[in-house]
Amino acid sequence: MRAYGAVLSANFRTLLQYRAAAIAGFTTQIFWGFIRVMIFEAFFRSSTAAQPMTVDEMVTYIWLGQAFIMLLPWNVDRELHNLIRSGQVGYELLRPVDLYNLWLSRALAFRTAPTLLRAVPLLTLALLFFGMGLPESPEAGLAFALSMVGALLISCSFTTLVNVTMMWTISGQGAANMAGIAVTIFTGMVVPIPFFPEWAQTVMEVLPFRGIVDTPYRLYLGHIPASETLFHLGHQLAWTVVLVLAGRWVLSRGLRRLVVQGG
Amino acid sequence: MSQIVVEDLVKTFRIAERSPGIWGALRGVARRRYRTVSALDGVSFEIEPGELVGYIGPNGAGKSTTVKVISGILVPDSGRCEILGRVPWRERIAHVRSIGVVFGQRTQLWWDLPVIESFELLREIYSVPPGEYRRTLDELVSVLDLEALLDVPVRQLSLGQRMRCDLAAALLHRPSILFLDEPTIGLDAVSKLVFRDFIKGFNRERGVTVILTTHDMDDIEALCTRVMVIGEGRILSDGTLEGLRESIAPERRLIVDLEEPDAPVADAEATVMRREGHRVHLSFDPRRTPPADLIARIASNHPVRDLFVESPPIEEIIARMYDEQRR
Repeated sequence: MRAYGAVLSANFRTLLQYRAAAIAGFTTQIFWGFIRVMIFEAFFRSSTAAQPMTVDEMVTYIWLGQAFIMLLPWNVDRELHNLIRSGQVGYELLRPVDLYNLWLSRALAFRTAPTLLRAVPLLTLALLFFGMGLPESPEAGLAFALSMVGALLISCSFTTLVNVTMMWTISGQGAANMAGIAVTIFTGMVVPIPFFPEWAQTVMEVLPFRGIVDTPYRLYLGHIPASETLFHLGHQLAWTVVLVLAGRWVLSRGLRRLVVQGG
Repeated sequence: MSQIVVEDLVKTFRIAERSPGIWGALRGVARRRYRTVSALDGVSFEIEPGELVGYIGPNGAGKSTTVKVISGILVPDSGRCEILGRVPWRERIAHVRSIGVVFGQRTQLWWDLPVIESFELLREIYSVPPGEYRRTLDELVSVLDLEALLDVPVRQLSLGQRMRCDLAAALLHRPSILFLDEPTIGLDAVSKLVFRDFIKGFNRERGVTVILTTHDMDDIEALCTRVMVIGEGRILSDGTLEGLRESIAPERRLIVDLEEPDAPVADAEATVMRREGHRVHLSFDPRRTPPADLIARIASNHPVRDLFVESPPIEEIIARMYDEQRR
């Protein structure tokens, strides 16, 4: 267990070194944040029908999304991708550790380090100047914090699953692109889930992706009542278990293939 | 029982073949054709604790495949392999704990982290007790002269410095077997000497078994008591360097510097191989012709400035062996 903690922290420290990327990303996310806010304000003004969220809720929702955008499992780990591409992945087997846990630790660092670098300054700015609201109540704040942990778990187990599938498709880009599209739509990142048609909402509420954006942000807004927190945490954890088991299964198949075919 | 037992290892790879051009690519999508390449074709050997074995062969002969099988990365098609009584690929985690591996072409250190942090990380990964880690580290730091490198990120190290750090990294968990895969590739002369001294000392003092693959015959001459030669997936020869020399290239060379350039030189029991002005290269068989007799004859028949006897260089012996194999 300590070994994985050490790997996590080493990767985390490595990623914290990429400050230039963080600053560039930070500026881009502020820019896109404003564009998204403007689009939704125009949308709200042009329609008189009752909307599932208020403008203020929407603004807060957007800035949360901008702050935690790096938590979305929309890209693959370049370094791991290169290891697999060059066949060097075999050498990972020289370490006396479980490969799935090792890669999950990598994914945890890969998601948390850039998120931390961006989220703290962006949330500060958004709360002070960009019209972002505080959690609806202290309970909502707590529910949000807990469900962000769940969001991290889903995101990382999903990232690891996508990473593992790279052992089949050498380019890895195909799986990553499909995952990217699924993630941006089904999480509720682009358009919040309550804006979708009834039938689509039913599907999206079952899928794991909502647990990364929709669940925590709407808990923050009080749009999902804090009393339902346990149910939603259960949803997140159940999907994490499924994704971990799927990742482990795919990895063991991939390794068998690797060791049979050669490195 | 031996520390390393390898018996009749066979490993074939299936390689997807594609005809050239667009049509070839399209056909490849519909129906793949495979070609079977045999990497190991019945490899057997045993290694005792504390041996320092050179494992050599031309590119593509099966060296790396063997190293991958015995380090637990690759599963062979058939054959037996037991290292410290364990089958590497069945008990991978226990097995890799007892071995250390250095690949000259790649590093196991974390590229962006200072060296010492990579070491700390390896300590956690191998769960080395802190006291033991401290002792091993201090020892390696002083022997390999790493003190000044510990706080430098790996990407800023020169190749020679990196190799020293990689050696330390492979030994932190005190493995009883060390695999070195082309460790001196790209190193300068001084770094090579440092490396050889270290390996020799470490092998002698700790009794660590070392298996070394290399293309640098000086590494072999300087380090190895035993040499295994592999070609096209089979062990061609296994024994001492001297034995290899005797069986492949038993002849000696007598090099003579004459007083007069281009003076004729002849002896019934030696053949002239080459002439360069004053210098004549003669080849003879020391089993038939004692070197002292030959030297005495040449010196009495010709005015000689200088002369010396040497063995064919190991490179030549190996090249001859690879050549014979191909025929």
